[in-house]
Amino acid sequence: MTFDFDRIDITDLSRHFGRRKAVSRVSLSLRSGDILGLLGPNGAGKSTLLGMLATLVAPTSGSVTYGEAKASHRGEAIRGRIGVLAHELHLYPELTARQNLEFFARLHGIDSQTLVPAALESAGLADRGEDQVASFSRGMRQRLALERALLHRPRLVLLDEPFTGLDDRAVRIVSARITALAADGAIVILATHDLDVAEGLITRMAVVRNGRLLSDETASGGVRQRYRTLVESA
Amino acid sequence: MRFFRIALLVLKKDFAIELKSYEILSTTLFFAVSCVAIFSFAFVKEGEAAVDAAAGILWIAIAFSGTLALGRTFERERYGETLKALLLAPAPRPAIYLGKLLGIVALLFVTELIVVPMVAFLFQAPFFERPLLLVALLGLGTLGYAAVGTLFAAMLVRARTRDVMLPILLYPITIPVIIAGVRGTSALLASPVDEPVATLWIGLLMFFDVVFVTLSLWTFEPLMTE
Repeated sequence: MTFDFDRIDITDLSRHFGRRKAVSRVSLSLRSGDILGLLGPNGAGKSTLLGMLATLVAPTSGSVTYGEAKASHRGEAIRGRIGVLAHELHLYPELTARQNLEFFARLHGIDSQTLVPAALESAGLADRGEDQVASFSRGMRQRLALERALLHRPRLVLLDEPFTGLDDRAVRIVSARITALAADGAIVILATHDLDVAEGLITRMAVVRNGRLLSDETASGGVRQRYRTLVESA
Repeated sequence: MRFFRIALLVLKKDFAIELKSYEILSTTLFFAVSCVAIFSFAFVKEGEAAVDAAAGILWIAIAFSGTLALGRTFERERYGETLKALLLAPAPRPAIYLGKLLGIVALLFVTELIVVPMVAFLFQAPFFERPLLLVALLGLGTLGYAAVGTLFAAMLVRARTRDVMLPILLYPITIPVIIAGVRGTSALLASPVDEPVATLWIGLLMFFDVVFVTLSLWTFEPLMTE
């Protein structure tokens, strides 16, 4: 039976690099359908936190539990349910859009025959599938990278600045995609500086600064104001 | 089976990328051929090659061009941080290592197909008197060297000083492989061929390969987790 989970629990999670505390004792619980805005200034520890959730960064202390499982015991199965769109796009520029998607589909052990054309369509690149990714604009790469991250229908979706390089129309399309993912039961964690886009998209906001979690609350409008209050008063 | 399927998938992906440009193959070959040519200017005087020089020059060319290939191969994975994407796959992480290792080994075998006849010709070295022993020496030596090199190149992919650090880390660790390769090849070039000595070095290379490949497969996942 395929491994799955409907919640993740982050307990006292810390990551230190030498004396620097990139993430310090962060605790959060997320459920299926949540869209968590992970907000904070540069160097706040957002990417390190996402890295730990993605099982790429080992915590110094604390734990992440995916349903009932921990990465130390079921790493492969957990990774099969995680989709990551990082600041770097995880695409091979020498390969075509189709070859990139087919490679990652096979790596995840899924049938690429039907999924890849659908993903190209979803990225708005159906007619550019045979073109090398190196010839794409940043926005096109970003859309393709998002589809690459979602190809295996992940339960936990980790997005690090997914709106970088996108025009207004593409931002609306990606936002709608994120909302649909959550409606389908995904847990979405969105690290962004774009508070205008986050407003109305996220259902919860977690503000981090200097590796510490300042706030974890429902996002009920006024995200920018609340963020400023929290970060400037910290 | 899944382990090997993932390794082959990574290998095929690397081939597909290389076939677009032949960038790594051409630079590695050019470097290896240049290396042998320069040594031939120094060690071949009036058509006579220096005694025992051929074996050393062959292995220097393999080691140096191998370092270049390792660096370039992982430079590709650094751009776009695709190595992270590989590590994020629901696959045994050592299979990713094996796929990268097979790619490097294949690349070095192609280089050797050109370099070995070139050294044989320029240094009048009778490499092909015991072809099976030569293939065993080259195959096992290349595997041992690439096993350590692939691990280090993957580890250093995030380091700013990776170009400097790779040879500094790689050469001291792989000295036993290089010594075994040079000594074994020298035994093949002796007149008459010193088969027992060549076989002894092949045995040692087998031992190094088992140790290096096992250790690399075992340590790849913890070393790649930040």
